[in-house]
Amino acid sequence: MKKFHNLKLSLCGISLSALALCSSCTTVKEYQKNRLNDAEMVLGNRKIEKTELNFQSYREGASGANAGKSGGGCGCN
Amino acid sequence: MKRIYLTAAALMAMLHSYAQSSLPDTGYTARKLKVEEVNLVSSYYHQDGNNAAVTGGIGSEKLTDISNSIDVKLIRHDRKNRKHSYLLDVGIDHYTSASSDMIDLKANSSASHADTRIYPSLGWTMENEAKGSTIGAGVSASKEFDYLSLGGNVMFAQKTKNRMGEFTAKLQVYLDQVSLVTPIELRASQTREHEHYPTASRNTFAGSFSYSQIINERLQVMFLADVVQQHGYLSLPFHRVYFTDGSVHQEQLPSNRFKLPIGFRGSYFIGDRFILRGYYRYYTDNWGVHAHTAELEVPVKISPFFSVSPFYRYYQQSAAKYFAGYQTHQAGEDYYTSNYDLSKFTSQFIGAGIHFTPPGGVFGIKQLNTLELRYGHYYRSTKMNANIISLNLKFK
Repeated sequence: MKKFHNLKLSLCGISLSALALCSSCTTVKEYQKNRLNDAEMVLGNRKIEKTELNFQSYREGASGANAGKSGGGCGCN
Repeated sequence: MKRIYLTAAALMAMLHSYAQSSLPDTGYTARKLKVEEVNLVSSYYHQDGNNAAVTGGIGSEKLTDISNSIDVKLIRHDRKNRKHSYLLDVGIDHYTSASSDMIDLKANSSASHADTRIYPSLGWTMENEAKGSTIGAGVSASKEFDYLSLGGNVMFAQKTKNRMGEFTAKLQVYLDQVSLVTPIELRASQTREHEHYPTASRNTFAGSFSYSQIINERLQVMFLADVVQQHGYLSLPFHRVYFTDGSVHQEQLPSNRFKLPIGFRGSYFIGDRFILRGYYRYYTDNWGVHAHTAELEVPVKISPFFSVSPFYRYYQQSAAKYFAGYQTHQAGEDYYTSNYDLSKFTSQFIGAGIHFTPPGGVFGIKQLNTLELRYGHYYRSTKMNANIISLNLKFK
């Protein structure tokens, strides 16, 4: 029961954040994207984090929702 | 005076015609396949702790892993001006593990103390800039002594009309084979010969969905959700479990696992020097593991070409319902494990990275576009800790 409560809370939180953020969206022209296109602003994982994500998925019970691999391979020693 | 006007008019006409001839022909795009970038990533990872699953939740977890990978990205445009990207990635890890060495408790240094894993993958995407859509597919493999994984994926992405948002869906399948390497005292014949171990299958089906949105010139966010179903042999055959009566058994876990992680990412540029990169994830599965992950990274731009990025990650999880420590499980239980990766714990990961992209190339080598170095220290409340250092060299 508690897990569903937590899941509901997380879903509600994320949905509310999404609504709040998307309602304040503005159209950004290509020439205004110099900050958004900065290498440090990337939303996905960076190449250098590859091994970190691997070891975290082996050493922790949770994995996924990080735009990466969702299974396969082992290296679980 | 008339001559001056004529000369000026002639000059203007020349400049005008030159300007027109130097304008790029927007209808033309090179169709030849060319190398977009090459990345070399190397990491050194070392961990230590005292709850190895191979020895039933006690014993050294010391492990060292050296990994190297190279990926090559090639691009070309087709006749319809669609951008095709090809990504070839090959990785190789070599690790030594004190706990794997204990598959044979009497061995001082058995064959299982070290192994090498090779994992190639090949991906293709086709982006239609006019329609704002991308499709893609990929295959992957991973091989180590006791494990073979074959994977495949397809993806689709669509940008919104104003190109401020993008929805992505990816379906992944992994068809794995686990060699059933049993602790030596539980084998019918207690020899170290391991020419032909039987195998068991483990299949993973995953759907990954994300939506990214540009909020304004400084802020962009992404919502992520995965739906993962695993089926087959989900235990590890060499993990021991000691019961309260002192008897030793092989780990037994259910043959199904359903995972549901949902996450949020955001990147915000403050002023001209600071960036905030945040991440939060909630995770739940039908083994009883619920977890929260929160991460914050603050890249600081020392110059337009050099930045330093300290980061901190906090993680907490509840225990899987099948977990109990050394000599705690009771006879009569259907499923049991003493793997502390499935225990209740919190972990912290702290470190920093540097990102160097000088205009003339790193160390004056024009093709060496970027150098990144990152170090992190990981501490788990089960008293396991680890250190990792990674290097990425990007050639363009």
